[in-house]
Order: sequence, then structure tokens, then C-alpha cells
Amino acid sequence: MILGAVLLLLAAGVVAWASERAAGNAPRLVSVAAFALGLAWTALEWLSGPDASGLYAAQFIEWIPRFGINVVLEMDGLSLLLVALTMFLGLVAVVSSWEEVETGKGFFQFNILWVMAGVVGVFTALDLFLFFFFWEVMLIPMYFLIAIWGHENKGYASMKFFLFTQISGLLMLLAILGLVFFHYESSGVITFGYKELLGADIGADVRVWLMLGFFAAFATKLPSVPVHTWLPDAHTQAPTAGSVILAGILLKTGAYGLIRFAVPLFPDASRDLAWWGMLLGAASILYGGAMAFSQSDFKRLVAYSSIAHMGFILIGVYAFNEQGMQGAIVTMIAHGFSTAALFMLAGAIQQRLHTREMGNMGGLWVHAPRMGVTTLFFVVASVGMPGLGNFVGEFLALLGAFEANVPLAVAATIGIVVAAVYGLHLMQRSFQGEPNPQVREMRDFGVREMSVMAPMMIGLVWVGVYPQPILDMSAATIAALGVLP
Amino acid sequence: MTALQAQALLPFFVLAGGIVLVLMLVAWLRSEAVAFGATLAVLAASALTIPWAADAGAQDVDGLLTVDGFALFFFALFAATAIATAILAFRYLTPRAAHRQEFYILLAIATLGAATTAAAANFAGLLLGIEVLSVSLYAMIAYPEESRPPLEGAAKYLILSGAASSTMLFGMALIYLATGTLGFAFDVAEVARGDRTILALGQAMLLAGLFFKLSLVPFHMWTPDVYQGAPAPVTSFVATVSKGAVFAVLLRYALDSGLLDSGVARTALIVVAVLSMIGGNLLALLQTNLKRLLAYSSIAHLGYLLIALMLAGMPNGNPALGVETGLAYLTGYFLMTLAAFAVMTALSGEQEDAEELDAYEGLLWRRPVLAAVLIAAALSLAGIPLTVGFIAKFYVVYAGVEAAAWPLVWALIVGSAIGVYYYLRIVFAMTKREGAEQEGPHPATWETTFAAAVLGIGIVVLGVYPTPLVDLLRGVSGW
Repeated sequence: MILGAVLLLLAAGVVAWASERAAGNAPRLVSVAAFALGLAWTALEWLSGPDASGLYAAQFIEWIPRFGINVVLEMDGLSLLLVALTMFLGLVAVVSSWEEVETGKGFFQFNILWVMAGVVGVFTALDLFLFFFFWEVMLIPMYFLIAIWGHENKGYASMKFFLFTQISGLLMLLAILGLVFFHYESSGVITFGYKELLGADIGADVRVWLMLGFFAAFATKLPSVPVHTWLPDAHTQAPTAGSVILAGILLKTGAYGLIRFAVPLFPDASRDLAWWGMLLGAASILYGGAMAFSQSDFKRLVAYSSIAHMGFILIGVYAFNEQGMQGAIVTMIAHGFSTAALFMLAGAIQQRLHTREMGNMGGLWVHAPRMGVTTLFFVVASVGMPGLGNFVGEFLALLGAFEANVPLAVAATIGIVVAAVYGLHLMQRSFQGEPNPQVREMRDFGVREMSVMAPMMIGLVWVGVYPQPILDMSAATIAALGVLP
Repeated sequence: MTALQAQALLPFFVLAGGIVLVLMLVAWLRSEAVAFGATLAVLAASALTIPWAADAGAQDVDGLLTVDGFALFFFALFAATAIATAILAFRYLTPRAAHRQEFYILLAIATLGAATTAAAANFAGLLLGIEVLSVSLYAMIAYPEESRPPLEGAAKYLILSGAASSTMLFGMALIYLATGTLGFAFDVAEVARGDRTILALGQAMLLAGLFFKLSLVPFHMWTPDVYQGAPAPVTSFVATVSKGAVFAVLLRYALDSGLLDSGVARTALIVVAVLSMIGGNLLALLQTNLKRLLAYSSIAHLGYLLIALMLAGMPNGNPALGVETGLAYLTGYFLMTLAAFAVMTALSGEQEDAEELDAYEGLLWRRPVLAAVLIAAALSLAGIPLTVGFIAKFYVVYAGVEAAAWPLVWALIVGSAIGVYYYLRIVFAMTKREGAEQEGPHPATWETTFAAAVLGIGIVVLGVYPTPLVDLLRGVSGW
């Protein structure tokens, strides 16, 4: 069934491209239908509950027996949450770019669907070859989204995005092959299976290097300081749908990779270097916050704030305790909603005013109160207001970090204050204050936009007020990973 | 010659006999279509006898050739490539040359030479094969009679390749002097101590000649000029078959003679490989001409290929996996290189080839099928999954890890990282909106579009489901 979902998205991509010749909205409708179907499928799997081993769905097909490579797809609680988020954000991405893209709209939908197919694969693959395969599959369509439909500096931004991801991906490929080979040397079995490799007997000196290979790829994708520089450019230049996908879900593949692969495959090496992971997390929080504050470009500000939020994930994961890990997972979900919404708003403003400069905005609330309210909601969520999802995630992450390392936790907490500063700064300069005389009118959000904004608001309130179901699901996954003391 | 030897040699007989027949046919009937069709039939017929020849098992033919699964695999690969080249050349040559019938015969002869090279088991077979291949190539490169660049390219190739051949020949003579045999398999321990220097010198000269034909740094100077001068379909043949044949014989020689048992030889191999991977990719970065870009990128790819040779030939290596890696990489390299040149041929005008990167701007919106094939080829050359290039890269990285050849692995990583940049530039040019309105010189012929599409599909299918290829390669690379 999981492979079916991936194939559904891939096939829908082809259909959407082909339907370009048909009238009007055909490609968009194909996309909406595919994502809605995918979302319905995840909801069904969710409702039907996990089996005895905690899996909601599982699949095994032989692929390249010569190297012990198989199509192993499994969906536990964490995967299910993220797949559901993927399908939902796919809908958001399509709706948010409904009017933005007219040239090559079939190919546009094709790319959206193929990125998401790769992402679903990444979240469910339990064979390292297959995982890497999907990891790269999501890269090319994303490159096209930025390179073809991006803004003024798209060539530079898309190339930078691709190079960063690809080079770090090569390091991961090397680490995967190293892991497989050393496992083969010690056990005589050549396999890429995740479960077989979990207990691989590898020398301590090699282990660290292999772990760093994985870490390089995931930290770049996350992104963490100092390999974050691709993100502000990619986000700023990407079309709205591209930013929504990138911030909402692609960054999470990095976080997911840390939780699912980097830490469980190399628990000892990860623990030895946990302090460095937390340090990078704290640095990302402070650096991202400071940079966000100094931006005058709406999208760039949100992009830098993403770096800060991802810092909480890093610090939570490497705190090596249950709270930290759960905080990271909740942050993944909450950030997916809040940042996707903010990028959608940024795109909507750019489409209406043809600018991203906050200096050209001001007092927009007068023209577009519904947009103002939604922006306020998501900005407040993003800065970590209690009662909304991001607060729960960041609070748990900090709690975990505090147990592990007090100075770094304190430094990270300062980041929350910084977040309040840049968040309110953003709100003030765009929607509040003196109305900018150059902006005479601005179309407000209609039913279409509000129909995707509303579920994201509900989602954030739900995660903020009643996070227990998510915590239960992630707790089961964390227990199954078996890396915590 | 025993019956089994004859059975094993059947593909060679069919091809050689077929060439003679086509030659006579062309003398009677001066029709390009007939020559084209007959050559395709001969190539296909010889390829179809391969399964039967394989039944004969590995056959040593009087020490001259060894016809085993390895050699027959290359025969099939070369024949298929020749068929693709013939299809690409078919209407491409019409405005460029008045008498086109002999081109197809030269192509078939070159294929025979390449297949012989890949099967060679001693220096006589090696020289025979390489010279039959090279001499046909000179004529093929210079075939368009009216324009200058092909002539220039052919002259350059003739002189430099001739020099390389004579270096190689001298090396063979020295090796013969030291070992007393023309065969690849000799025992170094039996070589008298005083003759060891002569042997080493001979091997160095032999390698220099082979490296020249493989266009590895620092013997690569001819590559971009010849690629650029040659007509696009011939360039694709030079880039694939001539290098594949030489790599095959290098692999066989290294395994049979124990070349890489010597530390000096291993060091030399590592230096050449690292220089080729880094140098080829760096120089490719500077190109705005697609032919030259692919020339430099092929230098890098041949550098990657040396990792397979390393694993196969080094002491305590893994010959079976090394050979399998080499074959897998070459198969992928053949497919993606041919696909790229097929698109270039399809877009070429009556006189000029579509060489400049500018000519590809907006291609995705003008000719989606050709653009999709070139995108697949470029991503495959960059080693991105979903393409056969990823499977190939997967093999070499694994070989490098197994050989613990870390300098090579790091050079591969750095080289691939650089490579991503210029391959993506090709892709980016095609996605540009600006060039969408610019019209190509003429509509592509259906044969070239068809050939390009088949190659593009091959790249993706083998990238997604490589198991049949992997099983086949495993069968033929048992060393």
C-alpha cells in the first residue's frame, strides 16, 4: 500500500503533465485529487490503528538481490504523522499557487507531485539504498520548481540548493556504502536493510566517520549552521509552492533522517558527539534569530526563522532523552504548519504587491484584515506562544536540553526571546503601523485561501492544547528505536 | 581450430563475412539505404549469434584471442552502439558527404576491431584490434568532405594516436624482450632480475599508449579537439566504443599479467585516476561548447572507471566484483553518452552541429521529448538516482570502499560534486523561458528522435530496475 501511495503521486504527476493540453485547471485538479486521496489513505491507516509490532502499514518487495537491496517500506507512528503532513502540505502547495503559475502549469504540478512522492518514500523507506534513492528523487523536481518558476535570481539559488544537497548526499552515500561494507566484512552478509544494519559490528574509529557522513547530509537538509546558506536563497527565490514544500516538509526529512538513521545506526558515536550536535543547535537558534531580525525581505525573514526553529530540533535530538526527542518531533509537525502558512502569506503578498520588501508594506491590515489575522496567528505561533503547537515542541526540546546541558539550554532559551522580537517586527512592519501610501488596495484572502489556512490553524491549536496523541505515537517510535537509556 | 573454437568465434565470423558482403553489395548497388540496411542486418545478425557462441564456454583461440563471457558482452555492447551510431548518422550525413555508402562499412569494421581488442589475449591480438579500430576511426572522423573541422580533428587524431600506437608497440617489444612471450599471462617471478627494468619500462610505455587511447590525464590533450571536430554521431562512437574496447583490454591485461602487484604501478594508476577525475571535471567547468564539455567529462568518467580496475587487479582485491563494476560503469556510460550525442545529432543543422550550449536554451518548451532525453542523460552523467548513471556510480563507490582506495574515493566525491555543477548548467539552459521561441535549424528526423527516446528510456529503466543487468554482468565477470 505504501508503494501504492508513492506510485499514485508519481502517476498523478504524469497525468497532470499530460492534462496540460486540456482546458484550464485540469493539472491542478489532478494534483488536488491525488493529495486528497493520499490524505484519505493516511487517515484510514491512522484510524485502523497499528498492528502488533506498532506498524500502520508495511511492504516488502525484492529489488536487487545481488546487493541485498529490497523495497522495504514501513510506516510506524512517526512515519504516519509525517506522511499525513506531506499529503496535507501537498494540498496547501497546490492551492497556494493556484493563480501564481500559468506557464507550464502541467510540468509544475508534475514537479510538486514528484517531490512529494520522494518525500513519502523517504519517510517510509527502511532500506538504506531505497532511502538514498528517494532522498535524491525529491531533489530534482525541487530544483526544477526553483529554477523554472523562481524569482529574479533563480539560477543562482537553484544551483546552490542542488549543490549543497547533492554534495552532502554524496557523503551520505559514501557512509551508507561504508556501513554496508564493514557490516559485510564482519558478518559475511551483504545487505542494505535498515534492521540488519542496526546492530552492525563496526570499529569505533570508523563508526564516527560513517556517522558524520549521515550527519552531513541531514544537517545540510535541516539546515544547521554552518551549512545553512543555501536556505535563505532557495526560499527567497522559490515560487510560493516551492517555499511551502521546502519549509513545510523537505527540511523535516533532515530531522527525520537524524532521528531514524544517524542516531540509531550509530548510537555510541552519536552520544560521543552529542555535545557538538547541541552546540550546533544552539548556534542555529541564535544565529537564525539574529539574522531573521536584520532582514527587510519578508520571505528571507521567515527563511532565517526556519533555521532557528530547526535548531530546536537539533538540540532536542542530541539531548538524548525522551523529552528532547519528543520536542523535536512535535516541532517538526508544528513548524510544518506555521512556516508553510507564513510562506503562503508571503507569496500572496508578493503576488498582490509585487514586492517582498517590508519597507514597501505597512498598514496592510486596513486593506486585507483576513490576511492580517492569519499572519498574526502564525507569527504568534511561530514565536512560541503557549497554547499553540510550536510552544509544546520547543518547550519539550528545551526541557530535554536542560537535563543534558544547562549552559546550552540557557543559550537556546534566549533564542525564544529573539524570536518574539523578529516575529513582532515582521508583523509591525507589514500589517500594522502607518498605512503605506503607495499601497492603495490589496485583495484579501478568499474562500480558497482560507480553506487551507483554517485547517492549519486548527492543527496548531490542537497540537498546542492536546498534543497527547502525537506524543503517544512518537513515544512508541522512540521506544522502538531503542537509543535512549 | 576446433569446432568449439569456431562456435565461440561465430559472431566475429558473421561480422567479418558480413562486412565483405556489404562491400561487394555497395560496389554493385550505390544506394545509401541499401548499405545502411545491410550493415544494420549484419551487425544485428552477429549480435544474435552471441548466445550460441556463449554456449561454447570460454575458448582460448590459439593464444591470440580469448572468447569468454567478458569478450562476448563487449561484442554485444559494441554492436548495439554501432547500430545506434548508424541510425544517428543515416540522414545526418546526407548534406555533408556525397558518397555515404562506405561510412557504414567503416563503422562495421571499427566495431569488429573493437570487439577483437576486447577479446585479445596477447599483444598480437591487441595490436590487430586497436589498429583496425583506429584506422577506421580516422576515416570516419574525416568523413564530411566539405568542411574543415572534421579534417582537422582527423589529422590530429591520426598523428597523436599514431604516436601513441608506436609507443605502445615499443612497450610490447620491451615486454617481449623481458618475458619471452607475447601473451598477457606471464610470471613475473620467472623474469630474470636484470630484465625487470626492461619489463617495467615496457609496461610503462604500454600503459602510456593505452591511457592515451582512454584519454586519461596527462594523455588527454587530443580529446576535446577531436570530439569537437568529429561529426556528432562519430564523436559518440569515439567516446564509447573506442574507449570501451581499450578499457576491456587493459582490464584483461592487468588481471592476466598481475600488473597491479607492483606498488609503483598502483601508485601510477592512482595518480592518473585522481588527476583525470579532478582535472577532467575542472576543465569541463569552463566549457560553453557541449562537445568539449562532454569530452572533458568523459576524461573524468574514465578516471572513475579506473577504480574498478584497481579493485580487480590489486593484490587481495576482488577481481569478480572489479570486473563487474567496470562492465556496469561502461554500460551506463555508453547509454548516457550515446543519449547525449543522439540529442545533439537530432538538433544539428545541415552544416553546423548543435554544439554551443546556447542552442539548447528553452529546449524543454520547444522539443520536450529530446529535452527529456538530454535531461535524463545529464542527470545520469551526474549520477543522480532514477538513472543508470546512479547505479554505475553506486558500483564504483562500493568498489572504492571495498578496495579501501580512499584517495580515489575522495577524488570521486570531489569530482562528482564539481560535475553536478556543469551537468546542471545544461539542464538549466534547457529550462530557460527565453529560448523557447527560438526555432531549431530543422525538424529532427524520426529515426534520431526514436533512437534518442530508446536510449533515454534505457537510462531510466536500468536506473530503476537494474537487476537483469546486474545478473547478466555477474554471470560474465566470473574471473
